[in-house]
Amino acid sequence: MPYTFLLVTSLTILLAVLLSLYRVVAGPSIIDRIIGVNVVGTKTIAVIVLTGYLFDRVEFFIDIAFLYALINFIGTLAFSRYFEQKGVENS
Amino acid sequence: MTGAMTILAQLLVCAGIFFLFMGAVGLVRFPDFYTRMHAASKCDTLGSLLLLVGLATYQGFDLASAKLLAIAVFIFFTSPTAAHAIARAAYTNRLPLWTRGEHE
Repeated sequence: MPYTFLLVTSLTILLAVLLSLYRVVAGPSIIDRIIGVNVVGTKTIAVIVLTGYLFDRVEFFIDIAFLYALINFIGTLAFSRYFEQKGVENS
Repeated sequence: MTGAMTILAQLLVCAGIFFLFMGAVGLVRFPDFYTRMHAASKCDTLGSLLLLVGLATYQGFDLASAKLLAIAVFIFFTSPTAAHAIARAAYTNRLPLWTRGEHE
């Protein structure tokens, strides 16, 4: 796959990450922030795999991406269960 | 043969980044938590699935493409689960719904 194509793809996803960070910063409630962080994490997995193709080290970066997917899932689940019981007021 | 596979892989990756970008736009633009949830979770799942399958198509048939498909299957199962947990937290805490004529 051409280098320029991979670079443009990664930069487009990073622009989408920037758009999602707006929701993390300005979200009205804490749940909006959690879903923003979840979206950023899912996009980061794609960026990590594409970075592996850019640097020609795919088999290392894929393991990092798998670990990142695992941590993203566990973190989102923990945060949502915590705020489900604690309540979203005054937070 | 390899040229056709590369073109197919590039088309899949382009579809993936289209869905990822539209999910981000929906996350910014929609007025309500539940509609934002609708945009973000579905577009994220489909977009990263298409992108990873496209990269696996480009890779061919080896260990790296098997790992890419494993990540795709993992995201296919965990992303709706995380979305369900978040929506359950919002529904339990009675987050307000959007009504017509109200901006943001």
